[in-house]
Amino acid sequence: MIDLLSYGAFFLSTALIFGIITLGLNLQWGLTGLFNVGIAGFFAIGAYASAILTTPEVADRIGGFGLPIAVGWLGAMALAGLAAAITGIATLRLKADYLAITTFGVAVVVQLVMLNAEALTGGPFGVAFIPRPFAGVQDQPVLFNALNLMVVAGVTLAIYLALEHLSRSPWGRVLRALREDERAAISLGKSARSYRVQAFAAGGAVMGLAGAVQAHFIGFIAPDNYLPTLTFQVWAMLMVGGSGSNRGAVLGSIVVWAIWVGSGAATAALVPGDWQARAAALQIVAIGVMLCLILLWRPQGFFGPRRGRM
Amino acid sequence: MSLQFILDGLINGSMIGLGAIGVTLTYAILRFSNFAHGDLMAWGAYATLALVSGIAALAGAAAPIGALSFGWPMIVAALGGMALTGLLALALDWLLFARLRDRGQAIIIVMASFGASMALRSLLEFLFTSSPVYYSRAIQMAMPVGLGIRVTPDQIALLVVTLALVLGMHLFMTRSQTGREMRAYSQNPALARVVGIDVARIVRATWLIGAALACAAGIMVGILVQIRPLMGLDMLLPMFAAAILGGIGSIPGAVLAGLIIGLSEAATVQLIGAEWRAAVAFAILMAVLFIRPMGLFGVAER
Repeated sequence: MIDLLSYGAFFLSTALIFGIITLGLNLQWGLTGLFNVGIAGFFAIGAYASAILTTPEVADRIGGFGLPIAVGWLGAMALAGLAAAITGIATLRLKADYLAITTFGVAVVVQLVMLNAEALTGGPFGVAFIPRPFAGVQDQPVLFNALNLMVVAGVTLAIYLALEHLSRSPWGRVLRALREDERAAISLGKSARSYRVQAFAAGGAVMGLAGAVQAHFIGFIAPDNYLPTLTFQVWAMLMVGGSGSNRGAVLGSIVVWAIWVGSGAATAALVPGDWQARAAALQIVAIGVMLCLILLWRPQGFFGPRRGRM
Repeated sequence: MSLQFILDGLINGSMIGLGAIGVTLTYAILRFSNFAHGDLMAWGAYATLALVSGIAALAGAAAPIGALSFGWPMIVAALGGMALTGLLALALDWLLFARLRDRGQAIIIVMASFGASMALRSLLEFLFTSSPVYYSRAIQMAMPVGLGIRVTPDQIALLVVTLALVLGMHLFMTRSQTGREMRAYSQNPALARVVGIDVARIVRATWLIGAALACAAGIMVGILVQIRPLMGLDMLLPMFAAAILGGIGSIPGAVLAGLIIGLSEAATVQLIGAEWRAAVAFAILMAVLFIRPMGLFGVAER
């Protein structure tokens, strides 16, 4: 029972961290219509930025400033937001596809830097000893996991409320107007490019924050956490939840993460050892097919806004 | 400094260039960047591998041609593999892309290609596992050709094949009726429809050509390096960068840009280190987007 409670809190924390990334993606795609296939890259930038700022000093690596966790979070948002802003400035005066290709490239390059810039990122072994909130009660798993869940849930709620407020603000209305009818919005004197760069950077910053929250939640990061599969899972979460809806983004994250963990546990229990890797591959095939089917049959998702936009 | 990198770059660049032709054609005619193009490449390589093994099982092992590492079964299998990859692309279009195209939101098609790419790649991992396989285990001796450059017979043969494919593509696009129609449609779809060009046929031709060339590139990677489910994903960024550097829609541009990127990658491997190779395509992509987004031979977007 105790184990179950403890696991429940752990599961929900992980799902809500995905929820934060999906909220960031919803700002980029759902509200503004900007396609990002480099989510894992922006998430990783946040995680490493915060890890480097907050870990204690070590001999063989740059950084280790030992700063408070909150400073790490802010640094993560700033750096991931900056990376997203540069990506946006480079591509958002061009066709939408160029942004997609460039974000894909960002994820590739971030993966390379994680693996090869050992003096900064620790290489394939990553960064360990990242300070965890409430580390003092680590020997009481239920309390520890419950307190951490409250931290993650608090961040998720804060981002959710902030995004809800933003999307109703004049700024959010301009973004929606640009998505629905670009010419009309431009003729009212709104600079399409500048608003889109702002939205893309803000979404990137939210993803970076999610990366930092996860890094401090787990206490250890390595390049393997940030593979293209992650980008893909987040897209599935947003499409299931319904793009355009912040509530849907969070619900979709919990639902898809539950399906992912559940099917993973089922294959681990039912599939013999030498077929496990193949079964894991089949899991990704299923998510890919699901994403395509949603695009074909229910592009507004399951919790999407009732007034369909597609 | 050894000049070997020039040969390595040309070989690497031919593979990128062949793949980039498909990317640039898909973008110019179907109006979307196909994230599943790299996976067509990997599927082509595996389809050819299956055919080679099938032929060997039926007809017994065949002697290699001259100094090459492969014999006639490889050539037959390559043609069969190109046809199968073409069919796979047509099937994907029929199941997915055509339906979304009718709704007319280009970026949704890009997203669908991203989902299809993940599914196709993982399906390969399911079928063949992620460990690399080879067409042949034979070791080839590299011959010195002067200036410190060494080349294997396979490399020479594949460079000649690339040259023939690119020349053939150029003649097809400039001399044949279908090629002219494809160019007309890419320049002005509405006008092309008005003059009675059969759009469904153009779409089919685009998929078949793009997929067959992707398969050829995949086989080249398979013969010279190895076959892995992730081989297409690794080539995706260089192929996109080549299509954009060459100018969207330009086949000579895609090939030339493929060679430029291949040579830059090889130079980077020699000067900086092999681990940074994958960053070269991104650096070139960013430079093009900031300095000349229409690419070398592109026309400004209307």
